[in-house]
Amino acid sequence: MTMISRRTLFKGAGAATLATLASPAFAEDKVKVGFIFLGPIGDYGWTWAHNKGREALVSELGDKIETIYVENVAEDASAIPVLRDLAQQGCKLIFTTSFGYMDQTLEVAAEFPDVKFEHCTGYKRADNVATYNSRFHEGRAVLGTIAGKMSKTGVLGYLGSFKIPEVVLGVNSFALSAQKQNPAAIVKVLMIDSWFDPPKEAAATETLINLGCDLVTTHTDSPAPLQILEQKGLFGFGQGADMSAFAPNAHLTAIEDIWGPYYIDRAKAILEGTWTSTDTWDGMVDGEVVISPYSAAVTADAAAAADIVKAGYMDGSFNIFTGPIYDQDGVERVKAGEVMGLGDLAVMDWFVKGVESAA
Amino acid sequence: MSPDFIIAAIITVVGLSTPILLAGLGELVVEKSGVLNLGVEGMMLVGAISGFAVTVYTFNPWFGVLGAAAGGALASLIFAVLVLQLNSNQVATGLALTIFGTGISSLMGLSFTGRIVMPFTSVFPDVLAKHDYLRLIFGYSPLVYFALIMVPLTTWFLKSTRAGLILRAVGENDLSAHSIGYSVIKVRYAAIAFGGAMAGIGGCYFSMVITPMWAEKMTAGRGWIALALVVFAGWRTGRLFAGAYFFGILMALELYAKASGFSFLPSQFWAAMPYAMTVIALSFISSRGTAGANAPACLGKPFLPST
Repeated sequence: MTMISRRTLFKGAGAATLATLASPAFAEDKVKVGFIFLGPIGDYGWTWAHNKGREALVSELGDKIETIYVENVAEDASAIPVLRDLAQQGCKLIFTTSFGYMDQTLEVAAEFPDVKFEHCTGYKRADNVATYNSRFHEGRAVLGTIAGKMSKTGVLGYLGSFKIPEVVLGVNSFALSAQKQNPAAIVKVLMIDSWFDPPKEAAATETLINLGCDLVTTHTDSPAPLQILEQKGLFGFGQGADMSAFAPNAHLTAIEDIWGPYYIDRAKAILEGTWTSTDTWDGMVDGEVVISPYSAAVTADAAAAADIVKAGYMDGSFNIFTGPIYDQDGVERVKAGEVMGLGDLAVMDWFVKGVESAA
Repeated sequence: MSPDFIIAAIITVVGLSTPILLAGLGELVVEKSGVLNLGVEGMMLVGAISGFAVTVYTFNPWFGVLGAAAGGALASLIFAVLVLQLNSNQVATGLALTIFGTGISSLMGLSFTGRIVMPFTSVFPDVLAKHDYLRLIFGYSPLVYFALIMVPLTTWFLKSTRAGLILRAVGENDLSAHSIGYSVIKVRYAAIAFGGAMAGIGGCYFSMVITPMWAEKMTAGRGWIALALVVFAGWRTGRLFAGAYFFGILMALELYAKASGFSFLPSQFWAAMPYAMTVIALSFISSRGTAGANAPACLGKPFLPST
């Protein structure tokens, strides 16, 4: 295993240069698999979970493959040289683990037709670019159910990053689920235009609380919001990983992203020469979205309601995106009995009724 | 709007303003001595992890703050040796310090990820600190009061003390100060170390007060805002204080506007505001013809005595 990391003294310097510096002396027979990460692997959230997946890959196939990763790659043009560098180092498979790498992935993939790319949470594919995603919204349905049962004010906060389909789905799933428990529940959405900015996440959480939310869920990557909730004696959920260590009382449960099995599958496909450009969207039933154990603070009836949703997703009998669904203006967008397909969900850009948002 | 609502909003503003005020005050003194240290972000991160680590080991946040100050000062001394002893370019060295500080703080923080400490909140009794209204005065971390006290103290030091006068003389005309017998290098060492310590304390406000944890890059660019703040303030302490709270209010306004459903301005506009305001303030100062009156004349220039 080779790690190219900006965690060292050089952190923040041009990642591409560093990737070049650390390239020599690989065992030639091992297949190289590259990863680019949005945040630091120590974020205890999104990037941390992807890195856990990478570690699972190494422990499963470490004798046949080696991995190279680059942290803190911005979602702008600076991702392009990093990707090029990974390809030039001989990576046969490269995972680009954030939505904002979409066009950069396609651009570099066109230059390296022999290298396979996998873009996480995007929707653009090519012969050598596959996409993969998790049905996080299934997890959000469980969280929303607990939130709807446990909120006293019925005003829920949703701290988001950007208005992209993944986040919109999360908001809608959370809101619809909460409304099943408490029809009057409303969800206040606050997008902070960043995935990782602990001070801003903290201030945003304080803002949502001040605007009447007594429970805040997060769709950004640090445990900062949970720590604010802990200080205020309120509740929230972990994102990406079990964050209970940061907020033992406030942390009700978390959505854990389990990427390992998918990474292992895809690396095996490269080794066996069976890799094709696919669009994978796994969920709870595949073990890719896992709900952490409930904390003691989760009431019995909230836990029971949440378990029903969980069981429904495990046996396929439940889908939160089942009509009738109304948008923010009260217009019926999905008719009674209709179920939104994954194709519709992948491009969902409108919020459901009861969501209060700036845009 | 209920009083509760306003008080909670003010508390958020104080939390946003205090770290940039602390780091900004330190940088102001550094720049007054004629040195431009762009490494504020790096020093804040080193301070954040140092303060957190010391608190983890000693269970005492006061020691943690001292640790943060020491960490920030130590990081700044690396910069000081390079620019004062070796006359390296201050801009490049300062940027290098930010990169170095980001990296070394991640390295130091490896064994501290996933741990928490008690938040360093108000030391006043709960009767005052958690009182419905009095918390507006007593409900803050000691670092907030420290920052507020440092504003007049720094003003007094720069304006009314002999040492402050020498420091300004060094920043305005290092060769003259040198020729009448003051040690330009020593004064600048002291100023840089002070700036580092203040940036470190500003950094530990994140890791010990707002969110008592360590996360890599947790200052998320606040060091750059502190740098902009010094220019925005025209190198004046009073204006720096006002600017820190003005920036804090801007950041809070963005959040409140969006969370209340207002979308009349894109969020990128709000994010750019501190920098845009700095440019506007600079233009305003220039247009009055007093530009440079406050910017130390030797700012950013190496000290090269002929003898």
